[in-house]
Amino acid sequence: MHDKQIRRRRAVLALLVAVSLILLTDYFGGSASSPLHQVQRGIATVLSPLQAGASTVLSPIRNAASYVSSVFTAKSELTTLQGRYNQLVGEYARVQYEGILYRQAQQLLGLDKSYNLASYGPVTGRLIGEDPSLWYETITVDRGSSSGVSIYDPVVGPGGLVGDVTQVTPNASVVSLITSSKFSVGAMIENESGAAGLIEPQVGDPNALTLIDLPPNSNVSFNQLVVTSGFRDPHDPAIQSFAPPGIPIGTVSSTNPQNSVLTNQEEQVTPLADLQHLTLVQILTRPHGG
Amino acid sequence: MNGRDNNTLALVARIALIAVVAVVLQVAVVSQITLFGVTADVTSLAVMSIGLLAGSMAGAIAGFAIGLMVDVVMFQTIGVTSLLFITVGYWSGRLRELRDPANGLAPLLLGALATGFTGVGMAVIQFLLGVEAPVSLLLLQQIVLQVLVNSLLALPVYELIRRVLYRVLPRGPRTRGARAYNASLSPLERPSERLAGSTRARVR
Repeated sequence: MHDKQIRRRRAVLALLVAVSLILLTDYFGGSASSPLHQVQRGIATVLSPLQAGASTVLSPIRNAASYVSSVFTAKSELTTLQGRYNQLVGEYARVQYEGILYRQAQQLLGLDKSYNLASYGPVTGRLIGEDPSLWYETITVDRGSSSGVSIYDPVVGPGGLVGDVTQVTPNASVVSLITSSKFSVGAMIENESGAAGLIEPQVGDPNALTLIDLPPNSNVSFNQLVVTSGFRDPHDPAIQSFAPPGIPIGTVSSTNPQNSVLTNQEEQVTPLADLQHLTLVQILTRPHGG
Repeated sequence: MNGRDNNTLALVARIALIAVVAVVLQVAVVSQITLFGVTADVTSLAVMSIGLLAGSMAGAIAGFAIGLMVDVVMFQTIGVTSLLFITVGYWSGRLRELRDPANGLAPLLLGALATGFTGVGMAVIQFLLGVEAPVSLLLLQQIVLQVLVNSLLALPVYELIRRVLYRVLPRGPRTRGARAYNASLSPLERPSERLAGSTRARVR
């Protein structure tokens, strides 16, 4: 009985394998119009509506499974895209930075041409450090004594005067900004009267300066340009302003007319240089050579 | 027709139903879902499960039928999948007949083996038949991934098919499970009998 069962099992197995091999050989060797191909096409034709129907009916299951599958895919894609996004953000930031540099370089070039700064030996430096306090005291520039920078050299940026050099190392300089509490420079209104005074900061406000010691009854009007006076004592040439004359500082933002002939006049001035967004500056290494 | 014939007929009908459902599901749903870059293959798992539950003969015949259906419906070379599935079904059945694996994870291992065998076997037959296009080593990676995905599905598919065939199996895991449960209980583990015996002893 057991032997019979084994023989039957083996016979069935051999039959199935033989049928499979015959089908395989016939199908593989036959042309596209062979009976087996035709049978396959016929069955597929009959089954295709059933297949389409099943596909439609089972689409919710497929969609649900696809959703689960896509969640896995989405997770890995998210990581990839996040990396790509970070890379693009980095590239974008670099391009933006290059754009800022370019614009500031253009402005500096314009300043050079307009005010003939080339004669003062300008050295272009890049901002490498900034005073993090709200006092807007100093910035650090990547040019030092090895580039010819000396202490008290005036520094200009896009727009106008930025400050002066107060510390020098071979490869870097610290610049005191015009908003620094210790800063002061001789300035004048650029008009027919040429009223001169002193520019002083309003500590803590990077967008406000005060022009003090103007002669009484000076003819000052809104938006007039304030430039460095380049003061020099005719009796003692050693006494002179650190900045050459004619470098723009700011514009008059509010006038404060004084009626008294005894009181000096004061004016509010808005600096032209954007001290909070400096990237490139020029240090005038020969301020009195012009 | 006696009860045994009725049972056999019911078994054949249910296996046929499983075969059709497996192929339809494979074609209409499973083939269209990609998981880790590959699609699962429930047909090979169905053949393995039928073989493991119903024996080598049923496994081989079901393998042949399911393989043939897959080849026809998927427009593949007729006979290739049949040949592979006969082997899967037959050896799954033989494993049950020779070893009768009681471990619950046996279907998982067998599902992985069946999928791996089908993937490698299909590649070998395609090579033998002559593949003109260059074959990438990525195929090997795809086979490994499909083995992993099918391993995840092996236990649920086996359990589903076991439930469908449960009542019509001649000597299946149903009887084995029941026997194993009862036989493992020694009199010490049967508190009711132990207590009953002690009561009787006191009465005497």
